[in-house]
Amino acid sequence: MAEPMLVIRDLHVKVADTEILKGLSLSIGKGEVHAIMGPNGSGKSTLVNVLAGKPEYVVTSGAITFEGKNVLPMTVDQRAREGIFLAFQYPVELPGVSAWQFMKTALDSIREQRGEEPMDYRVFDKMWRQKIKDVGIDQELVKRSVNEGFSGGEKKRSEMLQMMVLDPKLALMDETDSGLDIDALKSVADVVNKRRGPEKAVLVVTHYQRLLNYIVPDFVHILIDGRIVRSGGAGLALEVEEKGYDWVREAMATA
Amino acid sequence: MTTTLTKHEQYLADFRVLEQAADGSAPAWLRQLRQEGMARFEQLGFPTARRGNEKWKYTNVAPIADAAFRYSASPKTSGVKTTALRRVAPWRKEWTTLVFVDGRYAPTLSSVPSDGGGLRVASLAEAFRTDEALIEQHLAKHAAFEDDGFAALNTAFLSDGAFIHAAGGDEHAPVHLLFVATDSTQPQVAYPRTLVVTERNTKLTLVETYVGLGDGAYFNDAVTEVVVGDGSAVDHYKVTLESANAFHVSMTRATVGQDALFSTTAFAKGGALARHDLHMALAGHGSSCKLNGLHLTAGREHIDNHVNIDHAAPYSQSYQYVKGILTGTSHAVYTGRVLIRKGAVKSNARQADKNLILSERAEVDTKPSMEIYCDDVKATHGATAGQIAEAEEQIFYMRSRGLDPKAAGALLIRGFVKEILDTVKLEPLRAFLDGVTDKALPEFQFEGFGDRDEQRER
Repeated sequence: MAEPMLVIRDLHVKVADTEILKGLSLSIGKGEVHAIMGPNGSGKSTLVNVLAGKPEYVVTSGAITFEGKNVLPMTVDQRAREGIFLAFQYPVELPGVSAWQFMKTALDSIREQRGEEPMDYRVFDKMWRQKIKDVGIDQELVKRSVNEGFSGGEKKRSEMLQMMVLDPKLALMDETDSGLDIDALKSVADVVNKRRGPEKAVLVVTHYQRLLNYIVPDFVHILIDGRIVRSGGAGLALEVEEKGYDWVREAMATA
Repeated sequence: MTTTLTKHEQYLADFRVLEQAADGSAPAWLRQLRQEGMARFEQLGFPTARRGNEKWKYTNVAPIADAAFRYSASPKTSGVKTTALRRVAPWRKEWTTLVFVDGRYAPTLSSVPSDGGGLRVASLAEAFRTDEALIEQHLAKHAAFEDDGFAALNTAFLSDGAFIHAAGGDEHAPVHLLFVATDSTQPQVAYPRTLVVTERNTKLTLVETYVGLGDGAYFNDAVTEVVVGDGSAVDHYKVTLESANAFHVSMTRATVGQDALFSTTAFAKGGALARHDLHMALAGHGSSCKLNGLHLTAGREHIDNHVNIDHAAPYSQSYQYVKGILTGTSHAVYTGRVLIRKGAVKSNARQADKNLILSERAEVDTKPSMEIYCDDVKATHGATAGQIAEAEEQIFYMRSRGLDPKAAGALLIRGFVKEILDTVKLEPLRAFLDGVTDKALPEFQFEGFGDRDEQRER
């Protein structure tokens, strides 16, 4: 197994006094793509949001380390600067904020963390234009305010553009496939696949197997009622797709 | 009422001094008008937030009524230098600029081309001699003072101000009216007064700036009347940058003719109390008006935007979009009333206000309303006060990209103001307002977002 990047041990998480994650453990190695599948309400979104550092999610016990560092005391922006990126299920609109300015500020914050100077704006601009082409997002669209008036698919592409620009070590994708048509789905997968490499890891959270046809995971985990109940290779996703989550539940009951 | 009168005695005494000083030089109709203004002020006094007085429900003007502001019939304008003005106000050589210091016209600081083509810009005092008939036809005919103590008081002291008469095309340079208040040991009151008349098919860009040079207390009681002739377009800007201890009460009345447009952008920052009463009368068939507003309030500042739009003609269009950012214990009031009269068919009215409340102790009272007496119209309104929840989501999103809370808040706030600043078509003014905003924004930061993180850490 690859050198571990993210290690989650016996994680318990509450949202507004309801326990959502009930002892989740997961280890993601460098260069690996993991997929978490599960029915609605199983805790998929909670997992990525707690990793990103959303304040409403309260960790009651357990541990999360990222490259050996304790993640739990870090704020959301500290985690981002360490190299954790969350592609939102519902990206927020930022009226009046230009995408260029937003990403330049974000990238410079991350560079500052690494002890690097702010990027020269011409260098940034060139890189920005290249990434826009790579992602295949409409040039005119990114001249507008961030996500403002974007369709669902455009918002997801905007997330992928941000991911490309910030180049995180760990990308968390929260139901990125929801609301996407097949072409948009392929282009999102294309971006993720292009980024695969020995130093990058991806955690994809999805309800359906569909996206995993295009982003083929190294590991698939089934999350039910706040725990990972089954792990396997890419084939597990197909099995779940075919037999449904009840099959996993039944298998658990008879085990 | 007797106690109120006592408070008003100073105004009455100053009025008598003015009457004697100006005796003989002012036309008889003007003296008559002033006396009517004073008489009405004595009856009305300053408004109180008594029950049923919806116009002044959230704004208490007792600090104005209780203070003893003095009126100087002949203030000195010599202490003010152009260089000082250029630091605090938008300024362009190419503009026609009239400067008023403590309400008095300062010709040496002003720049008025001798031949303005169809554009005539002068002090009212001078124009009483040269353009008396036109002035008599319009002055105080649009800004009624029967129901408004502040307008009555302004009219009582009507002796100078700005006069603009524009005719013939769109070649005119922008006109800037700059009302400057100086610090003095005795708090002063000034009565800025402006009359703008545009003839048919004329374009005019007009900037009204009110700025305090120090941080002292003073009171500006301003009235502006704008007549937009048929087929004309007036692009009007009101920039209010009063000192932190100043009081600003203004009334703007625009009467818009057939197929004409009155577009106004109101930018306000500063002032212990600022009240803008804007009334736009869409009198002509196909007339339009537009309001874009942005105000930044901090500390204990109070701002009150009182907007009335009167659709009196068919195919009339109105648009209002007012945004506010509040911090400290500041208070913003917005009343937007749209009246669509019977017969104003095919009219279209849109109205919205948005506020970004950065502090839990700041307060917004917003009251959009529409009274529609005509079936065949389109009207929409919406208000979003206190977008804290939305802003928290936005800040979290930005932080998830690596921005610290301060940087995220600053970018978000900048985005919020940009929407209005970008509507300013007069480029040097837009750049000036951008600068004023940039300088002010460090004071405007989200409070309390960091606390959550600390809670989570424990």
